[in-house]
Amino acid sequence: MSEWQPRILAILCNWCSYAGADLAGVSRMQYPPNIRVVRVPCSGRVDPLFIMKSLQAGFDGVLVSGCHPGDCHYISGNYVARRKFAVLKPLLEFIGIEPNRVQFSWISAGEGERFATVVTKITEDVRKLGPSTRLVKKL
Amino acid sequence: MKMINPDDLSKAIKELLTEKKIDLFIGWEKGSLPLSATPLFITSEDEAERAVFDITCGNNLSIYFTKDRKQFADKKVGIAVKGCDARSVVLNTLEKQIDRANVVMVGVPCHGVLDKKKVLAKTDGREVLELIDNGDTVTLIGKGYELSIDRSEILSSSCLACIYPDAQECDIFIGDARAEVPNENRLKEIKEFEALSTEERWANTCAEYEKCIRCYACRNVCPSCYCNVCFVDQNDPGWIGNTCEFTDSMIFHVIRNLHVAGRCVECGACERACPMDINLLLLNRKVAMEVKDRFGDIAGLDINGKPAMVDFKEDEKQDFIMG
Repeated sequence: MSEWQPRILAILCNWCSYAGADLAGVSRMQYPPNIRVVRVPCSGRVDPLFIMKSLQAGFDGVLVSGCHPGDCHYISGNYVARRKFAVLKPLLEFIGIEPNRVQFSWISAGEGERFATVVTKITEDVRKLGPSTRLVKKL
Repeated sequence: MKMINPDDLSKAIKELLTEKKIDLFIGWEKGSLPLSATPLFITSEDEAERAVFDITCGNNLSIYFTKDRKQFADKKVGIAVKGCDARSVVLNTLEKQIDRANVVMVGVPCHGVLDKKKVLAKTDGREVLELIDNGDTVTLIGKGYELSIDRSEILSSSCLACIYPDAQECDIFIGDARAEVPNENRLKEIKEFEALSTEERWANTCAEYEKCIRCYACRNVCPSCYCNVCFVDQNDPGWIGNTCEFTDSMIFHVIRNLHVAGRCVECGACERACPMDINLLLLNRKVAMEVKDRFGDIAGLDINGKPAMVDFKEDEKQDFIMG
């Protein structure tokens, strides 16, 4: 049997992080193939419900990435998103979800290298934690 | 402990109604059961004597503005408010659910409200036939027993950690309003919980929320929960299963907490309404603490402010962002 591989959902904003992922691809950078990408118009589109739902569906980790503060295509979407995540992350840790399961980052369209680093880091973090069991619906 | 003088309350209501400053007054009256007061709606000054305020007046009356809003649309309404209820009214005003000019807030001096579950634990489940609120102590009378207990032993957990017992925003106050009251218990429970390991916290969360039967009493009684269609009632897209399965109910509670983040006034109505005795306020308080620490906001204090989650500053702490 092959070794367990983490499955990580990456929710990326269309204008920066998704383009950053694209750049990492066309630049032939190497990063772990453990992410499944969902493209959203803006990190402000990310409802905490998406994150909870993906944990429930059995994803071992969730990465949410958007434009750097000040670079939002819609001016202020990522500022609003930041407030949401600033509350969601401590709350998840508070109820007892492992801190590294859900992570947030800012990646611009020019940061292909950073995209590769971030994906490598979250994959390693989640690999260390092992398969997700908390909040996974077993029915 | 300075209790309210019932005559002052009815006098104030009488005045408001006679002078036609309000069309309707919402307050509390003695309930048919001794442990809970009933919401009172009066339109004529002759009925003003019915209004009471004591330890049994747990209902946060501002829910009538958000959940029954059509009924009060063109009316001038007077409302009795404890500290937490006043914050709810302020918050609902900020969210454009209430026209502040049409509301007369009558503040009452609050020394906490009771949690029925705690009372019944004290009487070993024996029925209480009469409750006398003496201030520092409360006398419970039932068939073949009479108990005098310390007020703090039966107070709702929200009241034990309260720092704004009296309305910070109101038009009339019965007695002398206290400003912020320091309370060393405020963050005690959260700090204790945070000190546990992740595994212990998860075990506690599971034990607590496995009890949930998804009756939505917490949501229905919450003055900040007034979406026309709640995300749990939505079926296209159906975000979460409508079952009591643990992950479904956990997601309901986490998301509900985030929906009321920066909007929860910690009135404790949810916890008092919960039939399964879940410690719901722990998460609410944790979120409120995060909101205060990070954004400096306390829900419902500033009538000229903005609810925390619809606002932002450019240079905020972002320690949780990777790299």
